[in-house]
Amino acid sequence: MQFIMLKFWALVPSSLIRILGLAGLFSLGGCSGNWGWYVVNPATETGRQNLAFLIDGLYYTIGLSVTAICISICLGLLVALPALSNRRAPKAINRIYVELVRAIPILVLILWVYYGLPQVASLSISVFWAGVLALAISDSAFQAEIFRAGIQSIDRGQYEASHSISLNYRDTMRYVILPQAIKRILPALGNQLVYMLKMSSLVSVIGMQELTRRANELVVTEYRPLEIYTVLVLEYLVVILIVSAGVRWLERRLETN
Amino acid sequence: MSQPATQPFIQVRDVSKYFAQFCALDAVSLDIELGQKLVICGPSGSGKSTLIRCISRLERHEAGKIWIDGIVVDDSPTGRAVLRNNVGMVFQQFNLFPHLTILENLMLGPVRARKMAETEARDLAMHYLERVRIPEQFSKYPAQLSGGQQQRVAIARALCMAPKIMLFDEPTSALDPEMIAEVLDVIEELADSGITMICVTHEMGFARQVADIMLFMDHGKIVEMGPPKTFFTAPESDRCKLFLSQILRH
Repeated sequence: MQFIMLKFWALVPSSLIRILGLAGLFSLGGCSGNWGWYVVNPATETGRQNLAFLIDGLYYTIGLSVTAICISICLGLLVALPALSNRRAPKAINRIYVELVRAIPILVLILWVYYGLPQVASLSISVFWAGVLALAISDSAFQAEIFRAGIQSIDRGQYEASHSISLNYRDTMRYVILPQAIKRILPALGNQLVYMLKMSSLVSVIGMQELTRRANELVVTEYRPLEIYTVLVLEYLVVILIVSAGVRWLERRLETN
Repeated sequence: MSQPATQPFIQVRDVSKYFAQFCALDAVSLDIELGQKLVICGPSGSGKSTLIRCISRLERHEAGKIWIDGIVVDDSPTGRAVLRNNVGMVFQQFNLFPHLTILENLMLGPVRARKMAETEARDLAMHYLERVRIPEQFSKYPAQLSGGQQQRVAIARALCMAPKIMLFDEPTSALDPEMIAEVLDVIEELADSGITMICVTHEMGFARQVADIMLFMDHGKIVEMGPPKTFFTAPESDRCKLFLSQILRH
């Protein structure tokens, strides 16, 4: 048993252990035992209220991310299709869109959509939809690249077989190519969903009441950043682990088909 | 290029096809009557696959014209329609849809392209699965079948579209030796049923059995053409003689 333990520790670089140890020492020393878990202690009334306030943000974080990823998948597919054309013009449109959108930082896009778009298009846009739009546009460029790679990985013979049984372009894509492509790109789509959940925290800057914004607001009133942000970390961790497990389950299900 | 008064079912006139600088088809002309069985052989790169791929418009030829049933095969709606209604194709690599069951593979064309009712398409599919002798496999996925079974499914899939002419592109080249016979048997039966057929193959025993006309191609040209009797016993060109001697030696 001892031998096994020794072997395990041998695998971890000793420098890493030292750094982690020092960091732990400093962080604990820094608050000198002053962890104030009472702010989020479910045994007390205020603790319960604070926790409920924090966790209620989940509704927005998930709503925002899921709506955004649904839109970005549709948008990404629309942008990916011209890239598969043999002609130059559709390919150029795809390239320009992807390069342009990929070059804009998400935070900048969120600010631009919320503060800039209403002036340009003279329409009022809610915080939620501004966030959804910015996240969806930003993600669509990546989705487009994922779809393009997935569709291009399908054997040419599948198109030829579809042609030989007289399927048109739409039916070929819908019934033959996309079902196979989506199965292949599912892990990448899962990654994008996780990425989107994390990036949704940026929408807090325009006042969206999601997880991060609520944590920030609570810190301002309670002055316990360490505990509140630790809860925030755990919230993201739990959501993302559940999503990851869900994606893996879906992959396995599709594989057995 | 006007069309002759009496028209064969398929007419190929001066068709040329280039892949970059390489000339795959060099002004090929050919007539096929309804019900005829044509077997094409030749060394690899001779243009035999390209020829039938041009007829089914998987490749676009640069020069010349192809008529099927008197209609020019091109990208016009009538050109597409004549292909859709007349031509079925079987590939070397089967090209079944791996994410669909055998039955779904067979039903997809009739239901989506022909707008047939699902129950009717199912009956049709089962009918052709019985004809290729694997009705019991209908609920499986292609990966669960042997190569020979997959190719028979591919033949059934093409037949479900009720084509007047079937094109076979080396249907047994990707198969293990012991599975070749079961596929050739099915194709032979099909030939006996009177369907028009063009088959690219190196199976000379099968060719002798089935072909009305043998065709030998080399360097994108038709070098020799004739009934199997004279083709196998007294070929005119030296190139064809050499090819046959090499292929028949084993």
